[in-house]
Amino acid sequence: MADYSAPEIQDDIHVPAVQVGSMAHLKPYPAMEKHMLPLGFPEARLADWQEKGIAKLGEMLKKYRSLQVHLDICVKCGACTDKCHYFLGTQDANNMPVQRADLMRSVYRRYFTTAGKLFPGLVGAKDFDEEMLQQWVTYFHQCSQCRRCSVFCPYGIDTAEVTMAAREIMDAIGVGHKYSTEIISKVHEVGNNLGIPKPALQGTLAFLESDMLENTGHEVRLPLDEAGAEVLLVAPSADFFSEPHIQSLMGYAKVFHQAGIRYTISSVAAEAANFGMFIGSFEQKQKIAKRIREEAEALNVKRIVVGECGHAWRVAYSFWNTLNGPFDFLDPRYPVPQHICEFTYDLLQRGALHMDKEANDGYVVTMHDSCNVARASRMGEHAGGQFEIPRALIRASCHHFVEMDPDTTHERTFCCGGGGGTLTDELMELRIKGAMPRVTALKQVMKRDKVNFMALICAICKAQFSKVLPMYHIPMETVGGVHQLVSNAIQLGVNKGVV
Amino acid sequence: MPSFELNGQTYETDEDGYLINLADWSEPVAKHLAETESVDMSEAHWEVVNFLREYYDEYKIAPMIRILTKAIGKKLGKDKGNTKYLYDLYPGGPAKQACKIAGLPKPTGCV
Repeated sequence: MADYSAPEIQDDIHVPAVQVGSMAHLKPYPAMEKHMLPLGFPEARLADWQEKGIAKLGEMLKKYRSLQVHLDICVKCGACTDKCHYFLGTQDANNMPVQRADLMRSVYRRYFTTAGKLFPGLVGAKDFDEEMLQQWVTYFHQCSQCRRCSVFCPYGIDTAEVTMAAREIMDAIGVGHKYSTEIISKVHEVGNNLGIPKPALQGTLAFLESDMLENTGHEVRLPLDEAGAEVLLVAPSADFFSEPHIQSLMGYAKVFHQAGIRYTISSVAAEAANFGMFIGSFEQKQKIAKRIREEAEALNVKRIVVGECGHAWRVAYSFWNTLNGPFDFLDPRYPVPQHICEFTYDLLQRGALHMDKEANDGYVVTMHDSCNVARASRMGEHAGGQFEIPRALIRASCHHFVEMDPDTTHERTFCCGGGGGTLTDELMELRIKGAMPRVTALKQVMKRDKVNFMALICAICKAQFSKVLPMYHIPMETVGGVHQLVSNAIQLGVNKGVV
Repeated sequence: MPSFELNGQTYETDEDGYLINLADWSEPVAKHLAETESVDMSEAHWEVVNFLREYYDEYKIAPMIRILTKAIGKKLGKDKGNTKYLYDLYPGGPAKQACKIAGLPKPTGCV
């Protein structure tokens, strides 16, 4: 491991002094030929990469008017500078959202504005040269597309969209990132990010069923590929593999069991995640999402319910209809798609579930809002439902719930530090440092309120915190899903079923 | 491509030191990989590695950690069938560190 350490946690989140280039050394692993080709990208960097990259930018400016606005409209007011968790944790000026986006703005000005073509030096226009490309590779992979900066931008510039565009341009010239391209290749090959083949998934689900029977005395099912079920459950594949993710999976299963609603998991679409969004590729996003629609039709279900996965919910809620809609074969009486939290909340409202809060009496719980749920989607029928519904489930499942500093929750939430395609070990330094703001807010409530459990609804956040919290001397068991609490509290065999 | 040498033979790995060719694995190779991870291989460590290899052989993927803890509990006693024990053996995480020593590919995704 390189010589760096977790930042010292202070009483509050303070804006640090700038350290120019402090993270210039940290790049992601380059993509491999075998992962680039199946995605339709060049196997290696093109000989005429500069020309092709500039042409690609021109093409995207025409296709995405928003991108041109984001590149034209910034007035350098500085409101975003201290809002990024990566800047706060690393002190690198290029991790200030404005400066990161300027890496693309300066290239845009050079080739697409008259002033930049004639007097580049006067208007901050720069060549798309080797040095610039290396900065793109470095700093557009030090953005987790969390969009916290956008909340504070008076013009609403979406820096995540700039990062996505930069990654799309880099992929188009054969400069890809291994982590995301390898995972997308696996989705196309096997059906899920982890690459779990059907027999392994079958075995895993059977194992968990017998585990739940042993622990609860109830035959809680985790059905696979059962045509004619009411609901297709699409969970992140980490829910079939990792701790604490599987705790939530068992929570979903118990809710379905208790409600008496037939559901199924699909071996072809055993993955809610859609890394097509992280690399900014519309085509990949569409292709990855399509198999879920096809499976829903093949299995003849009436509803699609999405598990605890942050960016998957953004893709499902905000993009599915555009990518593969309309979903008119599903039951219009329910949200299309429906989040597992909405699903469980609806059942609670209808009196179908009995909860024993005492089961979670060992916990003082707080909630970490995941960025793609908080700032890029919604839940339920009212604005803010994406905040209120998960909290309602937590409150129904435990006696002790407290909020963290309001500057770090709801739409102002801080990224876990591993979102947007940065959840890879070679970027561990970034992940540890980027978690600093969230850890600071968490430590405040650990001290003040004796919080010992941080509930959330994102597979990336779960994996990132399990790994990173111990670096800050917080036990990894402190993090878990909202449905882990539901799983502990739900009473099986009482008042079973709904109409 | 990165690689390492052992007893006059070259072994290809990925950037993080995971074996590229599963067939390259042997006990001496495992011992070497364990050394790079500062893991001292005991009887219990080998139980984990052997289980991972058997499981991978059948399913082409590493097992979910809960399956692993249960199997270890059966072999080594119930008090050892838990996540904490596995992390004591492999502080870098059973999914990643133990897989590496067992010659399995690195798990990908939100893990």
